[in-house]
Amino acid sequence: MISSRGLGIALAFICLVAAPACSRRDKPVVTPQPAPVAEAPPPVTPPPPPPRGAQRVEDLQPAPLSEDSVSNRSLDELNRDSPLRPAFFPLDSSDLDDSGRSVVTSNVEVLKKYPQWVVTIEGHCDERGTAEYNLALGERRASAVKTYMVSLGIAPDRLRTVSYGKEFPFDPAHSEDAWSKNRRAHFVITAK
Amino acid sequence: MRRLPTHAVLLVILVAAAGLWPLAAQNQNPQPEIELVIGGDGSSPPRYAVPDFVAASPDAAEMAKTISQVLWDDLGFEREFYLIPRDTYSTIPAARAPEQVPFASWRELGADAVFFGSVQRSGDKVVVQVRLFNVRTRQQVFSKEYGGTASNPRLYAHTIADEVHLQQRALRGVARTKLTFVSDRNRERLLGPIDNREVKEIYISDYDGANQRRVTTTRQLNLNPSWSPDANAVAYSSYRNLTPQIFVSLIYQGLLENVTKNVGSNFMPVFSPDGTRIAFVSNRDGNTEVYVMNRDGSNVRRLTNHAAYEMTPTWSPNGAQIAFTSDRSGNPQVYIMNAADGSNVRRLTVSESEADRATWSPAPFNEIAYSGRTSGAGFDIKIYELATGTVRQITFGEGSNESPAYAPNGKHLAFTSTRAGGKQVFTIGRDGRGLKQLTRSGNNQTPAWSQ
Repeated sequence: MISSRGLGIALAFICLVAAPACSRRDKPVVTPQPAPVAEAPPPVTPPPPPPRGAQRVEDLQPAPLSEDSVSNRSLDELNRDSPLRPAFFPLDSSDLDDSGRSVVTSNVEVLKKYPQWVVTIEGHCDERGTAEYNLALGERRASAVKTYMVSLGIAPDRLRTVSYGKEFPFDPAHSEDAWSKNRRAHFVITAK
Repeated sequence: MRRLPTHAVLLVILVAAAGLWPLAAQNQNPQPEIELVIGGDGSSPPRYAVPDFVAASPDAAEMAKTISQVLWDDLGFEREFYLIPRDTYSTIPAARAPEQVPFASWRELGADAVFFGSVQRSGDKVVVQVRLFNVRTRQQVFSKEYGGTASNPRLYAHTIADEVHLQQRALRGVARTKLTFVSDRNRERLLGPIDNREVKEIYISDYDGANQRRVTTTRQLNLNPSWSPDANAVAYSSYRNLTPQIFVSLIYQGLLENVTKNVGSNFMPVFSPDGTRIAFVSNRDGNTEVYVMNRDGSNVRRLTNHAAYEMTPTWSPNGAQIAFTSDRSGNPQVYIMNAADGSNVRRLTVSESEADRATWSPAPFNEIAYSGRTSGAGFDIKIYELATGTVRQITFGEGSNESPAYAPNGKHLAFTSTRAGGKQVFTIGRDGRGLKQLTRSGNNQTPAWSQ
């Protein structure tokens, strides 16, 4: 399945290899220089789709936003297909790793674009700790994300935190895969 | 209806919450030669028989059967007596009056004690008479008459069981106590912008799981309920205002108070033994710490002050100390501190990789139950004996077992287990015997036991 985001990236790539066609008309046409690469000639066909490892990097880019498609949506619609993506945590930890920080950074960019949005950061846990301990862990996860977002320039009064412990798993299965999805900070837009 | 003996002492004590009152007590001045306590054979507990109560009016038959069965269950629960199975009574002729109790037949069945009871009903009014006989001496050792409504027949049995335990064993039975717990059985979706989240509401039930009733109708997440000592109120943490706040619900009056008033997130309320204060957990000062406030939310005092998590408080029976969980050592463990000012902190659990949700036993026991990790994804209920520092395990790896709560007589614990699929509430003896599943609908968790 090709996502609209994947399509956009593919179009950007075509634009890149066919640079003259994309340049402005009133500029003099310049013969493209060969790429300054010594070892290999420039590719003549588009590369195969990126391997699975690269997909994560693309996912870190926020979806393109247009004023029409975002500003006009209700809170419910926004949260159902949210431009703010969840950040995941390692086991029994409230530390954001590199991928978690990238997600939060991209969410910060969205919030900077929509300065009227107020967001609740929900801390969630997998099922392996006690119900009680996980309420505290979720609290700490939400607050770690808030601290990081504030350090990136978001006003603290736009960010609320709440812990749901292990009460609302994203995936109710009892497996490593499910647990890794459940250790998360989930972002809910509560005002716009 | 039988006429009351002329020496009966009429009582008009109204047990308000129960709606049930003893009409007469005949054994206030027992004749001196009567030995009131029925013994066993010396090595085993006395053997009790509870035949069907007599229906003294035609429409009382069902109630009579219910009361005798529930009385049998209640008396068996404390395991102070051996209850002879009711399906072995069929050869014994039924007595229509106390004079007809066939003591010889009961003695052949091995009974030390036998009940005779009758239920008379007229409309919604009910009169229950009960007598307990020593089978060997054929003497009556307990006799009482109760009047009330027909709305809850089980309550007559619970009352009889508690009074018999008190008279025969000097034991505070728990038959009239209640549980409160969290359930998602309604399958309602959470209000708000997030799909696919089921609400969790507060429920109450009798100690044996009967009469399960929903208390909250918030269509939100509600957690960690606990009883006030007078059992008229349940405190719990509710997300109805988005962040979790502690509410005190006067469940028989329909009154509700948000006692933490939307200051921070607030969890795990527990009433002090005298009912005047509530210990709870809050992040209002930036980190998860244990606090105490007055029952109305005034006079909030912080008891812990540490960069780690501090949470899950439980009061000592005299209210002087609080046990709690902290992960200051790197993983959650149980600690104790003074309730007045948070001083004199000492670590209790030293042999666990993780320990949480301590619950302090009532007297005469001097112990603290908690959930300790025993496998990758699982916990078991363990008990730390304060006098000796020894730990004994109560559950053994059947599912994950969490959130223990003591019965008010200390002989039983309620807890959450995944052993039957989903999360369900169970009770078990403090000796690890007598496991009983109380809930079966949806998921049910974090029970608390009324006083």
